Amino acid sequence: MKARVHITLKTGVLDPQGKAIGKALGTLGFEGVGEVRQGKLIEIELDETDPARAEASVRDMCEKLLANTVIEKYDVELVG
Amino acid sequence: MKAVVVVFPGTNRERDVAAAIVRAGGKAEFVWHDETALPRADLIVLPGGFAHGDYLRCGAMAARSAVIPEVVRRAGAGVPVLGICNGFQVLTETGLLPGALLRNAGLKFICRDVHLRVETARSGFTQAYAQGQVLRVPVAHHDGNYFADADTIARLKDADRVAFRYCGADGTITAAANPNGSLENIAGILNERRNVLGMMPHPENLTDPAQGGTDGLGLFRSLVETVA
Repeated sequence: MKARVHITLKTGVLDPQGKAIGKALGTLGFEGVGEVRQGKLIEIELDETDPARAEASVRDMCEKLLANTVIEKYDVELVG
Repeated sequence: MKAVVVVFPGTNRERDVAAAIVRAGGKAEFVWHDETALPRADLIVLPGGFAHGDYLRCGAMAARSAVIPEVVRRAGAGVPVLGICNGFQVLTETGLLPGALLRNAGLKFICRDVHLRVETARSGFTQAYAQGQVLRVPVAHHDGNYFADADTIARLKDADRVAFRYCGADGTITAAANPNGSLENIAGILNERRNVLGMMPHPENLTDPAQGGTDGLGLFRSLVETVA
């Protein structure tokens, strides 16, 4: 089983890189672009076959290493 | 005063900080990050650099090193712990200090001298300075933009735990003097017990006239005097 972890900055935390991307999109002529937020995508291969246990394990990984919950939030998605 | 300087793969200011400690009258010993025990120490230093290539987040990998549980235990026992630059990032990742260091607001790596105002002399790290004293110290970082939620910032201020703020040459705290977007111009903070200090600027790199000044020496003198 594979897990996809999406990590993004919490609402209200300044994202200078997202701002720079938004500005560059404007420079390229893309119109109607609102706020841009940048994050991370981490894919993890797991031996576990039980979805509930797999998700619990990946959430534990997020809390202990993958995300800094002072500034970031995460979503876990199980695929395949 | 005997300091233990923890070295991670990618640390690069360990010798600078050891030299500063020696200049202030102390001794320094290096310890590799995969040790689980530490020698007797009057001070533990997490120096600057790019531990583990800053992978995932600055300080994230280093904060999960084998040596860290012992650093946390000693900090809990009252041993002073100093984290400079990458070391400050590691301290926030371990939870010894609140908040986080985000990418600089201007997105650029900043390497230049800045002015710092000593916000409190009431700590073992800053007692050799006067409150309000202005220091000139270099910064060298890409992720030094201090962030914490509003409650945490209020708690830091109420308990006199902001150690240094970025300021102008005359000591005024302005947006123009803030190099990286840190909330409230915060450059360094203390833990509740006041024995853990994290700061982004590099006082160790201004401790000898040959480096262009000695404004940073007071921090290391403070520590030597405190434990002597």
